[in-house]
Amino acid sequence: MKRSRSVASPGLSEQKGHHAMRAPLSWKAGGLMLGIVFFAAVLLVKPIGVSTQFVIFDGILWDAVSPSVVTESADAKSGYTSMNVYLAKSGGKYAKSVENPLNYSFVFVLALIGGAAISARLRGGVEKAERAMPAVWRDNFGDAPWKRYLAAFLAGFVVLYGARLAGGCTSGHMMSGMMQTAVSGFVFAAGAFAAGIPTALLLFRKES
Amino acid sequence: MSSILLAIVIGGAFGFTLDRVGATNPNFIIRMLNLTNLHLMRTILLAIGVAALLTFGGLLSGLVDPGHLSVKDAYLGVFVGGVLLGLGFAVAGYCPGTGLAAAASGRFDAMVFVLGGLAGAFGYMVTYADVKASGMLDKILGGKATLGNIAGTSYPVLMDIPGELVGLVLGAAFIAIAWFLPDRIVGAKNRTVAAE
Repeated sequence: MKRSRSVASPGLSEQKGHHAMRAPLSWKAGGLMLGIVFFAAVLLVKPIGVSTQFVIFDGILWDAVSPSVVTESADAKSGYTSMNVYLAKSGGKYAKSVENPLNYSFVFVLALIGGAAISARLRGGVEKAERAMPAVWRDNFGDAPWKRYLAAFLAGFVVLYGARLAGGCTSGHMMSGMMQTAVSGFVFAAGAFAAGIPTALLLFRKES
Repeated sequence: MSSILLAIVIGGAFGFTLDRVGATNPNFIIRMLNLTNLHLMRTILLAIGVAALLTFGGLLSGLVDPGHLSVKDAYLGVFVGGVLLGLGFAVAGYCPGTGLAAAASGRFDAMVFVLGGLAGAFGYMVTYADVKASGMLDKILGGKATLGNIAGTSYPVLMDIPGELVGLVLGAAFIAIAWFLPDRIVGAKNRTVAAE
């Protein structure tokens, strides 16, 4: 049925698919630009990483609800500790960031959000049909938004649980790690693609 | 204060670039993983290659301070966590950074992904003690190891060879792979047939 429809109106389906799949930059220009950003981060401050800040934000929310989560401690290296072992680890490094979030790593992620918003606005934003779900999802699972949102929520849970278990994510391990020839970066990339490619092959078979 | 300014400039440039390369569009990520559109794969490989060449060239010339490098520990959980991330990455088409950037670009499913991510990170916080007790966080392959020996750092090494050379060769290899990778691997023939 899908095939016959695309034969009946190849122009429309082609145009729609093409529009959803247009990146503002070619892989050459985009890769060069992205590489320069990663290099600039190492040159000026430190390698890029994102997923830790999900923990810091959680900690801020948690500490706002029950202020005894993060406390000052003269014994801890950072001066802060937490009743949560994860926030308390490494001398209370995370606990300190929860208490004083106006630091490089947290502001970096806020700026990331701002930079993406500016870029998206300058290129005219995301088309309406794409806002609820990407075309590749709609082609394979229909256009009920709740299905997509449920899947996105669960995927988000698994992605961040995995990233914290690994001690980093796509930016911290895969990009920053491999560019520094870190062994952990290669271990992480092997795991991510070993799972990601079969999953995508299995789930997303149809193409409009 | 200047570190906050750098955070704004570098973070802003990173978010802007993620959107420009198409990484905020989950169609690209999913089609990279089902091997029907390798645009983003080529972009990422080129980016790692360029960043490695500049970084190790910078280390050799003294432009880059070796103290700025930050190598993470290798342990079994790095692989297991990578597998989990890969699963969710394929389902959603987002990872932590691109999910935030995509939410900022106006994608509602990305906003839901970020909420799920906050829940997942919280889940890890409360189960951390058990994960640690399982031994999955015990170091393997030397811990914070690099492939070769990088001057000015004290990271353990996998091979006793000059790390700068390894970095430059690897950087060039990543760029070469990006260059020669086809635009798609799976389904190219079917697609041509269907279009005719």
